[in-house]
Amino acid sequence: MKGTAEKIPAIELRNITKTFASVVANEDINLTLYRGEILALLGENGSGKTTLMNILAGIYKPDSGSVLIDGEPVIIHSPEDANKHGIGMIHQHFKLVEVHSAADNIILGDKKIGMFLKASRHERIKELCNNYHLQVEPDKKVYNMSVSEKQTVEILKVLYRGADILILDEPTAVLTPQEADHLFDILRHMRDQGCAIIIITHKLDEVMSISDRVTILHKGKSVATVNTAETNAHELTELMVGKAVELSIQRPPVSHEGNLLEIHHLSVQNEEGVDTLRDVSFDLNHGEILGVAGLAGSGQKELCETIAGLLKPHKGAVLYKNENIIGKTPAEIIKIGISMSFVPEDRLGMGLAASMSLADNLLLKSYKNGKGPFLERKGARALADSLVERLEIVTPDIDTPVRRLSGGNVQKVLLGREIESNPNVLITAYPVRGLDINSSYTIYDAINQQKEKGVGILFIGEDLDVMLELCDRIMVLCHGRITGIVDAKETTKEKLGLMMADATIKEMEGAK
Amino acid sequence: MKHSSEPLFRVVKKTELSGGKLTLLSLFALLLAIFVGGLFILCLGKNPFLVYQSIFGGAFRSKLAIQGTIKIAIPLLISALAITLAFKMKFWNIGAEGQIIMGAIFASYFALFHSGLPHILLLLLMLVAGMVGGGLWGLIPAFFKSKFGTNETLLTLMLNYIALYLIKYLTEGPWRDPASSGFPKIATFVPNAQLDKVLGVHAGWIIALILMVFVFIYLRYTKQGYEISVVGESENTARYAGMNVRQIVMRTMFLSGAICGIAGMTQATGAAFTLGESVAGGVGFTAIIVAWLARLNPFYCLVMTLFLSALQKGSSVMQSAFGLSTYVSDVLQGIILFVILGFDFFIQYKIIFRGAHKK
Repeated sequence: MKGTAEKIPAIELRNITKTFASVVANEDINLTLYRGEILALLGENGSGKTTLMNILAGIYKPDSGSVLIDGEPVIIHSPEDANKHGIGMIHQHFKLVEVHSAADNIILGDKKIGMFLKASRHERIKELCNNYHLQVEPDKKVYNMSVSEKQTVEILKVLYRGADILILDEPTAVLTPQEADHLFDILRHMRDQGCAIIIITHKLDEVMSISDRVTILHKGKSVATVNTAETNAHELTELMVGKAVELSIQRPPVSHEGNLLEIHHLSVQNEEGVDTLRDVSFDLNHGEILGVAGLAGSGQKELCETIAGLLKPHKGAVLYKNENIIGKTPAEIIKIGISMSFVPEDRLGMGLAASMSLADNLLLKSYKNGKGPFLERKGARALADSLVERLEIVTPDIDTPVRRLSGGNVQKVLLGREIESNPNVLITAYPVRGLDINSSYTIYDAINQQKEKGVGILFIGEDLDVMLELCDRIMVLCHGRITGIVDAKETTKEKLGLMMADATIKEMEGAK
Repeated sequence: MKHSSEPLFRVVKKTELSGGKLTLLSLFALLLAIFVGGLFILCLGKNPFLVYQSIFGGAFRSKLAIQGTIKIAIPLLISALAITLAFKMKFWNIGAEGQIIMGAIFASYFALFHSGLPHILLLLLMLVAGMVGGGLWGLIPAFFKSKFGTNETLLTLMLNYIALYLIKYLTEGPWRDPASSGFPKIATFVPNAQLDKVLGVHAGWIIALILMVFVFIYLRYTKQGYEISVVGESENTARYAGMNVRQIVMRTMFLSGAICGIAGMTQATGAAFTLGESVAGGVGFTAIIVAWLARLNPFYCLVMTLFLSALQKGSSVMQSAFGLSTYVSDVLQGIILFVILGFDFFIQYKIIFRGAHKK
C-alpha cells in the first residue's frame, strides 16, 4: 500500500459544476492534488476559485461532479465534515477571537478537551509548533499580535484539528514581503512533511516561487494544469486572461479636449493605517472613457469614494476644473456635477434604498431641489416612466420596490439616475456586472452617449475584453498603485494582465 | 444516506405578501389569539364567551366606558407615533418611557411654579416645555450613537431609569408639596394648569389625532421624511446621496423624543393633574408593541392603540365582574399579544418539512 499511496491523489475533483441562480460559478472543473506538493490555483476575480474552495471546505455543495479524497468518493456536508477528512481552510480574513490567547483560539471548538481549560494545552501547541517549525507564544493574546502571527495561529488551528490538506485563500495579501517569504518557508516545510497544500493567488511571482504545479481557472472552467518548472509568467497570464474576444462594442472618437479632472499624488489609508491608494496621479479628459482595470481590492473603491467626497485622503489633491474638491461634502460634489454610480458587490447596499419604489429611488440625489419642506415627486415619476421605456427596465410599475427587481434592472435604475442628473464627470463601477448581453449593450450605448456629450467617464471594470473595446485609455491599479496608463487601442490583454499582477511597464520591457 | 443528513424541517423566507393577504393573515392571527386566550379562561373554569363579552362591554358599553378607553389610548397613540419615527430610521428607541417622563417633568415645572399665567399661554408653554424635555432626552442617545457608535437600545433603556429616579428625587426633595404632611408627593396642579376637556375627555385626544396626521404626512411627503427612510434603509446609501447622516439621526430622535414629551405633558396635565412616578406607567413600552404591530403606519397605530386600550380597559372591568385576581387580565393580555406577535413569524417565513420540496 505504501508503494502506491503516492500515486493516489489526496484530493481529486471530477467535473464539478456549481450554479448560483443563473450564474455558472464552476463548470466541469477537474483538479488533482497530491500529498507532498503545493498546488497554486490561479485565476482572475470571478473565475470561480473561491466557490471551488468553498465546495472543498463544506460550505457549498456542488450541483454535479464528485469529490474524491484518497481515492474514496465523499460528500462534504459541512465544515466539520471537511475537518474529518483532514481538510483545513485558512481564510483571507482571520477568524480569531481577539481577546483570547493563541492557545485558546487554537483549541476553540475542540469537544474532546472537556469543560475546563488545562495548563497542558500549551504543551500540545508547542509540540505542534516544533513539528512544523512554527513560532507562536501560546499565551499571547491575539490583539497583541502582528498580522503574520495571527496567520500562524490560523494555520495552527487547522493543524491542531489534524488537517493535512491545507487550503490558503490569498494568504500573502495582508503580509509584507518578508513575512510572505517566511510563510513560504513554513509551507515548504509542511509540504516536505507530507501535507497537501492548495494556495489561491493571483500573484504570478508567488506562483512561480512556491508552487509545484498550477491549475488555472478562467470563467469558471479549469483551462489548464501545468508544472511550474515548465512554464513562465507570460504563459500563465495568457491562460489566466484567455484569448481576446471580439465584442464589437462601439468606440466613438474623442471629440472634446482638455482636462476635466486632475488627480495629484492621492494617498488613502484605511482604518488600520494600511495604504489602500499610493501616490495615484492621473488626468481625466472631456469626452473620454478612462478605464480602470485591476484585481478586486486594488484600490478602485477607495479611488471612487475619494473623488465622491466620501473618503478623506491622507495626501493629495483632486482638481475639478482647476479647483481642489478635497474637503467638500458629498452633497457639494454632486452639485458641481460629479456623479458616481457605484455598483458594489451588494448592489442594493449603496446607491439605492431597497424597499423604496423605483420612482422614489430616482429622487435620491435630487430630493432637496425645489423650495419648501415637501418632496416633489412629479418630476421623478415622469423620469421613472421615461427611463423604464428607454433602458427597457422590466418592472410591474414604477411604484414597485427596487428590491423586487432583478439585478440587471436594478443596475439600469442606478445608472439611469446618474446619467439623468446631467453630470460632467461620471464614475461608474462594474455597471454590467451580472447583466445579460443585451442589457450590457444598452448600458454601453448609454455610456457612449454621455461620452459624445463631452462627459468625462471613469469606468471601473473587470472584463478586459469589454474595456479594450469601450475605453479610450486604460489605467491599471495594483495594490493601490498605478502600474500603467495605456492607450486601449494599442495595448493587449496580456499586457494588462501582467500590469494587474504588479509588473510595471518598465519591468515588462526589462524582461524582454 | 443523503436523506439522513437533511434536517426535519427548514425555515425559509417567504416572498412578500400582497396587502390583501397580509390583512387576512393578521385577522387570522387576531382570531387565533382570542382562541388561545379563551383556552386560558377555560382553564380557570370560566366561560370564555361571557368573559370576552364582559371585556368588550367594559370597554364600550357606556359613554363613561368609552371615555375611559380613550383616556388610556391617548398617551399610547402619541408614544407609538414617536416610536414609529425612530424605528423607521432603524434607530431602536426603547426610551419612550423616559422621554415621556422628562416631558412631564419639564411641563410640570410651569404648572407648579408659573400657574398664574393666562390659561392658554400656560398650556402652550407646557406643551413646548414637554417637547423640549422629551426631545433632549431623545437627543442624548442619538448624539452618543452618531459620535461614538454607542448602542442606542441600551442607552435609551437606561435613560428611562434615570428619568424615573429624577421624579423620585423631585417628589421627595425640591418639588415636595409642603401641604402634604407625611406622604411625599408633588402638589396637584391648580385648575388653571389643567388641560381642558373636550367631549368629556381631556384635549390630549385632539393633539394625538393631529400628531397622527402630522407624522403620516411628515414621513410620506416631506424631504425630511424621505431622509429618514433612506437612512433607515442604508446609511451608506444616505452618505452616498450626500445626506448628513449624523444630523438626520439627531434631528429625528429629537422629534421622536419631543412627541413622547407631548404624551408626558398630556398625562400630567390632563389625566393625573400632578407629577407622579406612574406618569408614564409602562406606556412607553406598550407603544413599541403598537408601533410594531402597526408596521410603522401611523393610521394602523390608531387601530392597534384602540385595540390594546379596549383590551386593557375591558379587562379591568372583567376581572372585578368575575372576581378574578388582578393578574389574570395581565396574563390574558400577555397571551393575546404573544400570539399576535408570534404570528409575525409565519407572515415572514414558511416552514418546509423534509422531503416536501421534492416534486
